[in-house]
Amino acid sequence: MPDAAALDAPASSWAHTLLWGFARIGSVLALLVAWEALARSGTFTPFVLPSLTSVVERIWTDALSGELFINTSLTVYRALVGFLISAVFGILIGVMMSRNVIANWFFDPIVSVGFPMPKIAFLPVVILWLGVYDVSKITIIVIDAIFPVIAATLIAIRGVERELIWSARNMGATDRELMWQIIVPAAMPQILTGLQVALPISMIIAVVAEMLMGGYGLGGAMVTASRFADSRGVFAGIVEIAIVGYVMIKAMTILRRRLLIWHQEANEPTTA
Amino acid sequence: MRSMALRYLPLLLLAIAWEVVARLGLVSSSALPPLSDVVVSWIDLMRTGELVTNGGASLYRAGAGLALAIVGGAVLGIGMAWSKPINVALGPIVEIFYPLPKSALIPVTVIWLGLGDGSKILLIFLGCMLPVTIGAFNGARSSEQTLVWSARSMGAGRLRMLWDVVLPSAMPELLNGIRTALALSFILLVSSELIVARGGFGYLIGFLGANGAYDAMYAVVLTVAFLGFAADRGYQMLMNRMLQWREQEQ
Repeated sequence: MPDAAALDAPASSWAHTLLWGFARIGSVLALLVAWEALARSGTFTPFVLPSLTSVVERIWTDALSGELFINTSLTVYRALVGFLISAVFGILIGVMMSRNVIANWFFDPIVSVGFPMPKIAFLPVVILWLGVYDVSKITIIVIDAIFPVIAATLIAIRGVERELIWSARNMGATDRELMWQIIVPAAMPQILTGLQVALPISMIIAVVAEMLMGGYGLGGAMVTASRFADSRGVFAGIVEIAIVGYVMIKAMTILRRRLLIWHQEANEPTTA
Repeated sequence: MRSMALRYLPLLLLAIAWEVVARLGLVSSSALPPLSDVVVSWIDLMRTGELVTNGGASLYRAGAGLALAIVGGAVLGIGMAWSKPINVALGPIVEIFYPLPKSALIPVTVIWLGLGDGSKILLIFLGCMLPVTIGAFNGARSSEQTLVWSARSMGAGRLRMLWDVVLPSAMPELLNGIRTALALSFILLVSSELIVARGGFGYLIGFLGANGAYDAMYAVVLTVAFLGFAADRGYQMLMNRMLQWREQEQ
């Protein structure tokens, strides 16, 4: 990740760190100032580049009218439900495939062919089957987000140390205990990596599905704004979606840290 | 050969199940036209040239956008790893835009460049650049210090080192980043064409669907899915080729 470079510098003094910290915030501020200046300079029409202040104003009025809240919560709800379904079923299918020869035989070609496909192309088919409401939006999210979870679970389980499994077997663990108490926790870091891939995909697809089907939601609001040539609305939408995406990914990183602290602590007696 | 057939048997079974379910009328034929009808309309679409012209337009957009993204992303990523001022100036901006759900850019690029090729190329360029940047950055940063030191002690200049040491060691992660970008380019291409476009795969899918030509719509959907799959497989083969020197070393 990009911030590693800053950490790379010998942290000689906190003043040094603080200075680099300011420089980092500075570049984002510079970008925002440049946006505002460019918009005000008249180089571009307000349609092509509305000023930052007018966009912020727009977000503020949306927030006051309650529309921002409705749209944001609907988008987050769809993305999260799709993500959670993908997480649960992706891990289950991955576990099944690694336990059961027939499940592996059946799902392996589907996963290896389906994973690299642009599954968003199936969106019109899903609409045809399920209509334009939440069910089809969540379905297309699951179709897209489940593959990285299955793939990560498979690789993770394959990579669990043999010694762990042997010791558990030796101590009389049943197959089920072995899977859910030893293998899945030990595979957790890589499974979480798969989930970290699936989460942004859920957001991308949620936004596309909303754009295509219209209605409430951040994507829907953006596409409505662009139909009415309301470019302030479009830019407000992108800022809102950017913030939601950023918060979700940060939350996932924090969650990962939490879960893995637990994981390492839980395993300390066995690995030590 | 036989093991191949056995391996992909489930896909064949699914195809047969599709045909049987549709032929028996278990689901309405507009929701799921029989696979054989889909194949027939695919041949029709190829013969009229509709699939080829629209496909050509799509592939041109994806190719141009991706090429720009690879060049821009690699330069930016290696630059950020190479020089601290560049990293400080651009790192935070990359970090902020990286988690942006890229599909949100679709209406913005339409406002900037309209409904034609330009807006799709810009969308794919902007959307695919950051995964390449991150890959190049991580790869270039991980170039072994001993290699850098020995090159320096042998009198390599900064530029020479960039080319001979940093770029090759950045290659594996850079290529991985490009793979992510490749997948993303298909997603962005199809979704932007589905939402607003004149021409292209996504446009064709939407057009056929709106006219109730569902067997043809399925034919295009499957074509796009197959192309995405084939592109990834082809790229993977290319990647293994390019990294052969590394495998042999180990």
